[in-house]
Amino acid sequence: MQNTLLTIVLLPLLGSVLAGLFGNKIGRKGAHLVTIFGVGVSCALSMQIMWGFIDGQFTSFNISIYQWATLGDLTLEVGFLLDALSATMLCVVTFVSLMVHIYTIGYMSDDPGYQRFFSYISLFTFSMLVLVLSNNFLQLFFGWEAVGVVSYLLIGFWYKKDSAVFANLKAFLVNRVGDFGFLIGIAAVLFYFNSLDYQTVFNAAPQFVELEHKIDIGFGEWSAITFICIALFIGAMGKSAQVPLHVWLPDSMEGPTPISALIHAATMVTAGVFMVSRMSPLFEFSDTALSFVLIIGAITALFMGILGIVQNDIKRVIAYSTLSQLGYMVAALGASAYAASIFHLMTHAFFKALLFLAAGSVIIGMHHIQDIRYMGNIRKYMPITFITSLIGTLALVGFPFFSGFYSKDAIIESVKFSNIIGSDFAYYSLLIGVFVTSLYSFRLLFLVFFSQERMTESTRRHLQESPKVVWVPLVMLAIPSIAIAWFSTDAMLFGTFFDNVIFVKPEHPALAMFSREFTNVWDFALHGFQTLPVWLVILGAVIAYVFFVLKPHWSKRLSESLSGVYNLLVNHYYFDAFNQKVLVAIGLLAGNGLWKISDQKLIDGVMVNGSAKAIGFFAGIVRHIQTGNMYHYVLFMMVGLISLLSWLVWTFVG
Amino acid sequence: MTHQVPWLSLLIWLPIVAGIVLLFIVGEKRAIVAKWFALAASVMTFIFSLSLYTDYDSSTAVLQFVERSIWIESFGIEYYLGVDGFSIPLIILTSLMTVIVVIASWQTISHRIAMYLAAFLLMCGLMNGVFSAADSILFYVFWEATLIPMFLVIGIWGGANRVYATIKFFLYTFVGSVLMLVALIYLGLAANTFDISQLHKLPLTFLEQHYIFWAFLFAFAVKVPMWPVHTWLPDAHVEAPTGGSVILAAIMLKLGTYGFIRFSLPIAPDAAIYWSEMMIVLALIAVVYIGLVALVQKDMKKLIAYSSIAHMGFVVLGFFIVFALLAKDRSDAAVLAMQGGLIQMISHGFISGALFLCIGVLYDRMHSRNIIDYGGVAASMPKFAALFMVFAMANSGLPGTSGFVGEFFVILAAFQANPWYAILAGTTLVLGAAYSLWMYRRVMFGEVLNQQVAELSDVSSREFYLLLLLALLVILFGVWPAPLIDLMSSSVNHLLSCGLQSKLTTIQSCAL
Repeated sequence: MQNTLLTIVLLPLLGSVLAGLFGNKIGRKGAHLVTIFGVGVSCALSMQIMWGFIDGQFTSFNISIYQWATLGDLTLEVGFLLDALSATMLCVVTFVSLMVHIYTIGYMSDDPGYQRFFSYISLFTFSMLVLVLSNNFLQLFFGWEAVGVVSYLLIGFWYKKDSAVFANLKAFLVNRVGDFGFLIGIAAVLFYFNSLDYQTVFNAAPQFVELEHKIDIGFGEWSAITFICIALFIGAMGKSAQVPLHVWLPDSMEGPTPISALIHAATMVTAGVFMVSRMSPLFEFSDTALSFVLIIGAITALFMGILGIVQNDIKRVIAYSTLSQLGYMVAALGASAYAASIFHLMTHAFFKALLFLAAGSVIIGMHHIQDIRYMGNIRKYMPITFITSLIGTLALVGFPFFSGFYSKDAIIESVKFSNIIGSDFAYYSLLIGVFVTSLYSFRLLFLVFFSQERMTESTRRHLQESPKVVWVPLVMLAIPSIAIAWFSTDAMLFGTFFDNVIFVKPEHPALAMFSREFTNVWDFALHGFQTLPVWLVILGAVIAYVFFVLKPHWSKRLSESLSGVYNLLVNHYYFDAFNQKVLVAIGLLAGNGLWKISDQKLIDGVMVNGSAKAIGFFAGIVRHIQTGNMYHYVLFMMVGLISLLSWLVWTFVG
Repeated sequence: MTHQVPWLSLLIWLPIVAGIVLLFIVGEKRAIVAKWFALAASVMTFIFSLSLYTDYDSSTAVLQFVERSIWIESFGIEYYLGVDGFSIPLIILTSLMTVIVVIASWQTISHRIAMYLAAFLLMCGLMNGVFSAADSILFYVFWEATLIPMFLVIGIWGGANRVYATIKFFLYTFVGSVLMLVALIYLGLAANTFDISQLHKLPLTFLEQHYIFWAFLFAFAVKVPMWPVHTWLPDAHVEAPTGGSVILAAIMLKLGTYGFIRFSLPIAPDAAIYWSEMMIVLALIAVVYIGLVALVQKDMKKLIAYSSIAHMGFVVLGFFIVFALLAKDRSDAAVLAMQGGLIQMISHGFISGALFLCIGVLYDRMHSRNIIDYGGVAASMPKFAALFMVFAMANSGLPGTSGFVGEFFVILAAFQANPWYAILAGTTLVLGAAYSLWMYRRVMFGEVLNQQVAELSDVSSREFYLLLLLALLVILFGVWPAPLIDLMSSSVNHLLSCGLQSKLTTIQSCAL
């Protein structure tokens, strides 16, 4: 098993190194072949492992690979923890990555940075695998930061574009704010548990909680476990783009579309969700932390979704949708429905990657125009892209029988059954969120694929279905977007698949309560028609149709009459303005102030004033004896030194 | 314990003699001979320094490769050399960076190349002397002597404002070290020997320790440099030629922190405990305040100079939280803190050295250090862009690079001393990334600024392999720091278990 896992992890790295360092030698074809081979083999092996878990053949493997450092009694290792959770993540990551690799052949075919791009996405795959397979906090942090860097490199892939290199720096720094919390969380774990190994920490957690440790950092006493969980969750807020650390994700759309699909929809942004699920043995012991998680998730789910309605860039609509869906996952974590969260992570990975790649296909067809106001009726020209987008949309809004329905409904129901503080607020937010999701999704679908053609004549003439390397991945992703839930709901959501991995305290029975009502996947879907969410979906679709297809001027009039609200929305609630004009400005002001006033005026001016005068004095002497030869100065220095030395020695010794 | 080959003497005198030969015998007439001669001497020194690693017994903290003979009999001053886990990595680092500087100067220095290279060879030998001296006066002599070649390098090959910078540099460091000399002589007279390990065992009253601690502090704090005696460093860096900056940042700053573990902590442990909170506060100011100052710099060299001060803050922080941790009976965390500081010293040597080389590469082509004169360099220099990115990321403490290891250890340990230490130190995660990557963005990314940038030639193979070597080392120690940690662990354990024992209570003998 160790060799299999090493192969899974290292092949993408090997591909990345070959494509990156020897890109010119192996050429474009060589670069995509070697990386696709690497990720392909990883994917096949991951599927095989997954089968072992479904089969019940495997339970879990905890393997140490090498010792990273030994400090006193503390050993830090690099190792793998393979269980149902990491196996699921392996499959999702390698499968979506493989699809994106293939798709990239078409999408990036004209780009001069072709090899570099393949190198980056393979490197990303490697980093993500390191993250999900980790068996300790140190390695988790490694993977955590590594995916952040590759994301940084990829958002800024077109580094000549100023908006792209603004976005990537912003993404990295906002993530670093999250990582700061994460690091403090890890430090707290080490402090209280004297270990960074998952198993050791998780095993010690129940006794630890009984001791009721308190921590006081000046804001009153906190229970230590709450402190740890919230600090760790701040890391998740950065990576999984939760309010208020969400600001980087919409801007990350400056990167090429394949990575928006892979990194900023399917995999990296779900790392936070994965991490909290992994830490369920800790989070379960702090209701305060869970409430915090729940409320943040619910806010993100609703309010980021609303922003999706006013976006005009095809990718930004999907980006806000991703934010909102991440909010759903995080809310599920807060309700202790970890399995539902991971389940939604999986279905979302497929349908959101699909939506992004389909959007990319539209962008190829439109010759890199991304504004949906200049699209319309594209279904006529790109039928495959249209059908797959439709599938993706239905899955996203949670229409019964599509995979998204099962996962999203499970989340909403679990939150309904949850009894921690904030669960009522969260429930209604998520419910309204369903309507909002439907509204922006169908708005996008209608404006792009229906309604009248608004593109220029020359663009229209060139519109045609994308090449095979582009649409085959769409179809491959459409299949699980429809059907993955049919086979997995039983086991993952209600069965015992995650039993040994995810820990849920008996006091948090939300998902268990929901599962009592469950019979089978077909009845679940049929029953869906009798529940509110499905009707909210239909309502959203109808309103979108009326406002954006039948009576487009209505939406215009509405935005004019509600201009205050509209401005709030198009300015993303002024988060960016606040960060830029307040936080960044304060940082720069402080830097300049400290430098110019403290360093130059106070320290150099006043404190060193004496020596500054001395410098003048020295300079005067130097001027007198200036011979232009530095040696003479040195000679003086040495004479001075030696005389001083002798004086001291003689005074003390003699 | 004598070795057949006097390795330490070789490491000191080989480069010094080579430097003198270069200066007086080879001379300036045949530049190419001078270059090859300097390269051969530095490479040999480096190879010899590796034998310290291979032959060192890392299971014990006793001084090894010892050479001992009388130097000035009447005062009891000895020519006494020996190394332990603290000094070996620094000696290897010094020897390696000298090779790198020699190669880096191959085509960039045309004025008096022989003298220039001789200065670096002399510095290499002298700094190896500082790190291997086991007699305090010998230590002091090497310590002061390193100033002279550095003074020359900045003074002769420096920028326009070099006289101001050299004198500031000299005054700061010199005033500090004079106090150290006084302390060393006082200790030597009290102990009747200048053997450093005997000074460690010397019983001292609390009052004496205070004086000693402060005398050392002036010398070491200036070198590190610690806030508020740091302002000489940005000036010196800005004026220094590339090689001077590399050695200054990579090695010379470490003399200060090396002094803390070799002298301040073990000789005046009670005073060190007493003042440790002040030291921690100063270190945290270095991280936060200097981090903010680095953010607004317009000159690349100044920016990296300030970032050096912030990074060295972690070393000081690591060394001085040890006391709080030992008091709380958290010896594992104390090891973490100490090792973190030590690793940060080595790692900062690679990273800051490499960053100054990178700026040198740009400066050689554009003759400007101002960020505003650049933009879009990545388009014309892709290979350079990739390597520079590695170092910029390492400078922001990315896991998988050596820059992460030390900071990570220190932050983890600091949390155990006081969560606020960790929170303040942790701001480097944001600040370090902000100043490093913002600079990178403005210099390397964006539209190509002008014709001059568009016509930049990418790194030559000489520059490429030099930077690649450093990049590989940065990644190696990030992915696998264990060899470095194991090398130092006996010395760290010894210092923590014996060296820091209070001198005010009955002295327990801590035999080696």
